[in-house]
Amino acid sequence: MTDIQAQATPAEPGFGDFVQLLKPRVMSLVVFTALVGLMVAPVHLYPVAGFSAILFIALGAGASGALNMWWDADIDAVMRRTRNRPVPSGRIQPCEALGLGVALSGISVVMLALATNLMAAGLLAFTIFFYAVVYSMWLKRLTPQNIVIGGAAGAFPPMIGWVAATGSMSLEACLMFALIFMWTPPHFWALALFMKEDYSNAGVPMLTVTHGRRATRVHVLVYTLLLVPFAMALGWMSIGGPVYIAAAAVLNVWFVVGAVRIWRRDEVQAEADKYAVEKAFFRFSLVYLFAHFSALLVEAVLRAQVYGV
Amino acid sequence: MSFKPDHEIYRRRFSRNLGVGLCLVAFVMLGFFLTVEKVTRGNPLDALQGKPYVAAPVAP
Repeated sequence: MTDIQAQATPAEPGFGDFVQLLKPRVMSLVVFTALVGLMVAPVHLYPVAGFSAILFIALGAGASGALNMWWDADIDAVMRRTRNRPVPSGRIQPCEALGLGVALSGISVVMLALATNLMAAGLLAFTIFFYAVVYSMWLKRLTPQNIVIGGAAGAFPPMIGWVAATGSMSLEACLMFALIFMWTPPHFWALALFMKEDYSNAGVPMLTVTHGRRATRVHVLVYTLLLVPFAMALGWMSIGGPVYIAAAAVLNVWFVVGAVRIWRRDEVQAEADKYAVEKAFFRFSLVYLFAHFSALLVEAVLRAQVYGV
Repeated sequence: MSFKPDHEIYRRRFSRNLGVGLCLVAFVMLGFFLTVEKVTRGNPLDALQGKPYVAAPVAP
């Protein structure tokens, strides 16, 4: 007699699974904005210290991503967009994600302190705490304003980059923070408008679920209008200039027009064209942020090359 | 005579070990270069040529 036993393949994660745990797409935005914060600062770091600063800011963001995936594994398992992430799919055990997140948090904060200064490291530690504890564990499942407050975590990187270079806080750093902070709500609410089943199935109190889709459209417009003064104000700071002002003017007019189009539509119109306007607004929001920070980088290069400042 | 190809599990395990190994090597190298840069105040070549790279103590 032969015994045949079905043996489940044990979870054996590859290196790529751990990389995925760090949310590399979010990390790329963090790297770019932190790099801009570092480059536009009036004080410059030595090359290896500058590279280390960017690397450990990115690693800190990755650590908070791993902690978020550990905590939100139950939500991720329900949502179509996230169910293939390493923890809900079973490739990585939750305790491994927690261990990696905690270890990388410690390494990134200590190394940023050694490479640059304590203030930058303190800000990075606060960012990780804010994203993992305040946003993921506390606000995300509690309030429809989760996106607004949680957006602060994504807004810190350029400020940390600036502080890493200068060792102090400034109005410019605060405005770069405000640009990302005010940009996050319209960006995510546009996503929530066309990913509606996902959030409601997971029980996440997104504005679309708690206050309805009409209210979400109004919120997208209001937050977009509130974003404009912060985006434009950067142009008149020491890190701004004519290139930034011209780019910001065009981008903000376009962004407001997109928000007005979202506001004027109802669900019947949106369903008819499969949320084409909302999807276009969401895609443009990525371009919007990237272009603003690129313009700041261009201004920094111009100041160094042309004006010799 | 042919050997059975490795189970996929070994390939994944190898990729993980290789990745961790490379990360550790990169981390050690970064620590080294960061130290050199800090100690030489951004001028490692000057330091190699024997030029003083540490500020002389102020005379009392």
